[in-house]
Amino acid sequence: MPRSTLTGTRIRERRTVLGIRQADLARSVGISASYLNLIEHNRRRIGGKLLVEIARALDVEASALTEGAGAAQIEALREAAAGHKGAQDELPRIEEFAGRFPGWAQLLADRHRRVAELERTVEMLTDRLTHDPFLSASLHEVISTVTAIRSTAAILNETDDIDPDWQRRFHRNLSEESQRLADGAQALVAYLDEGAEEAGGQTTPQEEVEAFLRARHYHVAELERALPPAPERLVDGAAELSSGPARDLALAWLRRYRRDAELMPLADFAEAARALSLDPGRLAQRYGVDPGAAFRRLAALPEALAGGPIGLVTCDGSGTLTFRKPVAGFALPRFGAACPLWPLYQALSRPMAPLRAVVEHSGRAHARFLTYALCQPVLNSGFDGPQVLEAAMLILPEEVANLPQTPPQPIGTSCRICPRRDCVARREPSILADGF
Amino acid sequence: MGKHVLLIEDEPNIIEAIRFILSRDGWQVDTHSEGTTAFQRVSALAPDIVILDVMLPGRSGFDILRDIRADAALAALPVLMLTAKGQVKDREMAERMGVSRFMAKPFSNTEVLASVRDLAGG
Repeated sequence: MPRSTLTGTRIRERRTVLGIRQADLARSVGISASYLNLIEHNRRRIGGKLLVEIARALDVEASALTEGAGAAQIEALREAAAGHKGAQDELPRIEEFAGRFPGWAQLLADRHRRVAELERTVEMLTDRLTHDPFLSASLHEVISTVTAIRSTAAILNETDDIDPDWQRRFHRNLSEESQRLADGAQALVAYLDEGAEEAGGQTTPQEEVEAFLRARHYHVAELERALPPAPERLVDGAAELSSGPARDLALAWLRRYRRDAELMPLADFAEAARALSLDPGRLAQRYGVDPGAAFRRLAALPEALAGGPIGLVTCDGSGTLTFRKPVAGFALPRFGAACPLWPLYQALSRPMAPLRAVVEHSGRAHARFLTYALCQPVLNSGFDGPQVLEAAMLILPEEVANLPQTPPQPIGTSCRICPRRDCVARREPSILADGF
Repeated sequence: MGKHVLLIEDEPNIIEAIRFILSRDGWQVDTHSEGTTAFQRVSALAPDIVILDVMLPGRSGFDILRDIRADAALAALPVLMLTAKGQVKDREMAERMGVSRFMAKPFSNTEVLASVRDLAGG
């Protein structure tokens, strides 16, 4: 009972702040000073009438002594202990630790949060450095500029008898290249800053579409109406869609969204989704649609109607991710290949075979998810055309779905940032497990 | 007239610097800034050595190197490759394709001059 044990520490802190002696407080609430001392050192639990009287004497609400930062701190300490053998053994004493050494506990919790932040930054930057075409082109530009500067500067520095005309040309070149380098460096910094906020810096049409959808929480209320506006109007007015290809992609997405909404009207679908425990197979059966449409409709539900967040990721036959709606604890790579153990890819290798699996992510929280995956052919050219496949994976967090009691499949985001050293599907070393 | 270098590079100020260094050392320097017609230029000039950038407009330096090595008359031509992409895989690819020497940018003037002398016997 972490709240009751930490309460003692808060009582002591509050009393000290008010300058009340321990003996005086004890007397005012009718207990001995030695008993109050035990309470303040979290050796005796406290509640009920005595807690209310102490709170009154300290001029605070009783809840202020039993709730607050303590619970969050304990949770952070539990997260920090996850996966650490020595700390796991001492988990039963976590409240005692936090109560007796609040400063050290806070330090540990803060360091844990900082490590998590830094890992997220490493994840994002690695993703970019490895796969981002804009970054690659920009670094090439910077290196070319530095080459010109180094070579020109060396000529001016090492050539004693240089002709004045050549000297002027080289000085001009140096000036030009220095300006170019400054511009390139500024552009890079601006680009990386935008990326850190995940709000801008879209480099591909797909990213523009994702920014457009993210701003609407993946739910387009206008298209849920009985008489919706033309999707073209939504695309034309969207600030996130700056390129023609992005607008085309968004238009195709919105048209499919509207078809799904007509087949599965929002209010009715939300009720059915809850009644059928968010099972896309049974929902597809109920509405006479293919499971992929049910996946999309579930992912488009507002969280309030679905009971929580629902993620969705799709890929084409090459495994390239074509749509990403992430959920907390299940990061989806922005560029490059994802974890090969995702049920999404197992479905891709078995078209038309539905797959339901519990997975445990390698992220710090080791969160578990229920996933549904299915691969279907897209018959753009009919039966005689080339076979084009699309696989989709619905991601239901543990708090949204009832997880079957089956051992979870360990997965990650992508090998480069996955700490599972002994993974049988690893294709490259991890910078989190093995360093750079 | 000294030995003949063909420099295939699209950055004007890098061209100017390399041309200056080599000219002062007695080399006759021709330049070409574009990938699509670069191989034809190599064939037409038949230089003693080619300095070849990897990232060129139109066609990559790797493609041009492949054509040079496939041409009986040019197969033995020394090629010094310059690139801003200094990764191991690029170096290995260049070596598999028969590059004479591979140099990552930013290079030093001394290194370039020494390599050209070494490869073309200047």
